[in-house]
Amino acid sequence: MSEAVLLAASSVSVSLGNRVVVRDVSLALSGKHLVALVGPNGAGKTTLLRALAGLVPSLGTIEVGGDALPSLTLQERAQRFAYLPQGHQVHWPLPAKDIVALGRYPHGAVDPARLTEKDTAAVMRAMQATDVVALRDRSVTELSGGERSRVALARVLAVEAPILLADEPTASLDPRYQLEVMSNLRAAADRGMLVIVVTHDLGLAARFADTVLVLSDGRLVSQGPPAVGLSDKIIADVFRVRTYRADHDHDTVIVPWAEI
Amino acid sequence: MVMTDAAARRRAIVMVALVVLVGGLAMASLGVGPVKLSPATVIDALFGGGSEVQRIIVQQIRLPRMILALAIGGILGLSGAALQGLLRNPLASPSLFGAPQAAAFGAVLVIALGLADVRSFALPAAAIVAAFASVFVLLAIAGRNAGLLILILAGLAISSLAGAATSLTMNLSRNPFAALEIAFWLLGSLEDRSFRHVMLALPFIVVGATILFSQRHAFRALSVGEEAAQSLGVNVGRLRLLVILGVALGVGGAVAVAGAIGFIGLVAPHLMRPLIGYDPGRLLVPSALTGAALLLAADIAVRIIPSTSDIKVGVLTALIGVPFFLYLIVRERRALSGGVA
Repeated sequence: MSEAVLLAASSVSVSLGNRVVVRDVSLALSGKHLVALVGPNGAGKTTLLRALAGLVPSLGTIEVGGDALPSLTLQERAQRFAYLPQGHQVHWPLPAKDIVALGRYPHGAVDPARLTEKDTAAVMRAMQATDVVALRDRSVTELSGGERSRVALARVLAVEAPILLADEPTASLDPRYQLEVMSNLRAAADRGMLVIVVTHDLGLAARFADTVLVLSDGRLVSQGPPAVGLSDKIIADVFRVRTYRADHDHDTVIVPWAEI
Repeated sequence: MVMTDAAARRRAIVMVALVVLVGGLAMASLGVGPVKLSPATVIDALFGGGSEVQRIIVQQIRLPRMILALAIGGILGLSGAALQGLLRNPLASPSLFGAPQAAAFGAVLVIALGLADVRSFALPAAAIVAAFASVFVLLAIAGRNAGLLILILAGLAISSLAGAATSLTMNLSRNPFAALEIAFWLLGSLEDRSFRHVMLALPFIVVGATILFSQRHAFRALSVGEEAAQSLGVNVGRLRLLVILGVALGVGGAVAVAGAIGFIGLVAPHLMRPLIGYDPGRLLVPSALTGAALLLAADIAVRIIPSTSDIKVGVLTALIGVPFFLYLIVRERRALSGGVA
């Protein structure tokens, strides 16, 4: 890669309890990229994502923009990584704008009623990007699944961090919202961010990602453009399925077709 | 984008109303009793006027009692709101977690062992340590994403254990009169408390309240879950410890002088949510004020309700609180029957 490396991991391993979930993963990723992290259930995708953000302890070294992850304070990490967990849960019926404003928490804006002009502008940009401005006074618990996922996405965009990590952001969304979320993430990458998306949807990965990381049993078995990471052989080896492939407007269409 | 909206105005109005209510109840608390005093007489006596009897009644008998009701009700309401914010769970509260029961055991043990009379700092210290242990154990059992069921069962187990340990201590006590006295004290009361009691409890309550209040913004961040909150820069492990510490200091200090007064921490945040909204950071102060109002009102009520012997204020709060708790269980039935939600 010609661009400067934004996120580098070398020999990263993570154990949960006495089970090794991520084994010896090394990678180097730069900004302006949408990276799809794929792999079967239990391959360690979520754990790797958490380790990269420093949310779970790991062995090996992780560097963000040249700084070793452990040397950064919690707040510095929060400014560099925006993290969208699976499920987009919100425990209290809070107005959508307050949830989006939480994205400014890492920048010291801890009270959504007292945002600086800069924070307000960032919240507004994020809400415009995900088209939730009209929902801002609605309680998140009243929103539909699609609307809620857009609010959640707005929250992580409002951080305006160089790196965005999203764990299955398209899970349980209807096709239209899946496309919308991926387009939003694609746009964020085009604006210069490094976006890493965990997904089970190989079709969306092939279509939207610049780079595909394939994780199998905790090991990174492939790292490269979709044509490499989502080759018939790798998909057959890792997912144990045969795929149907077609070309559409110069994009590759991949559909899992039959078990092996 | 204008962030100061109708909701903020409404919160301000509710806060003013709460302050007025608490102030009014505090005045009433100084006026009500065997000797009824008018507000004018109370204010007069408070600032050194009136007859000597009136001054003694207001300044030495009723003022410490009023201050304790205010502080203890306040810290119980605040603790309930803080625990509910930490666990993102509307059924969390100190009494359901067995904290007051554990604190009572700590205090009773110290008394029974003859390590302290009721005027020494050993008493609140023991109560605080026991309260800390109970909340710590409960959160350790509950784990990171505890459902309602686990929390309530674990709380039940801890309060039962603390209750049994207290009974055992009284059982083994050599002096039957001391045991009776402890039993009455356990029911929770603010009667006959002096400024010595205020000095014993207030410092711990103030420190506990300060700790809990300082974490208000972290509770808001926790609304999106522990993991997301951590990714926003909240040190969730440290937050848990601080909340346990704040609740233990406040509840331990309160129990040490007033016995176990339950359910205010559960009820206060629920009364405020329809008025203030669900933001756990903004619920803390209104819940504290509501807790103070509830305990002041309960302590006035036990003086007014005609009865042959004194009704203990802890008994009254439980009588009101338990049906409320049952109502909440009915309302949360779906989440409960869903198991570990």
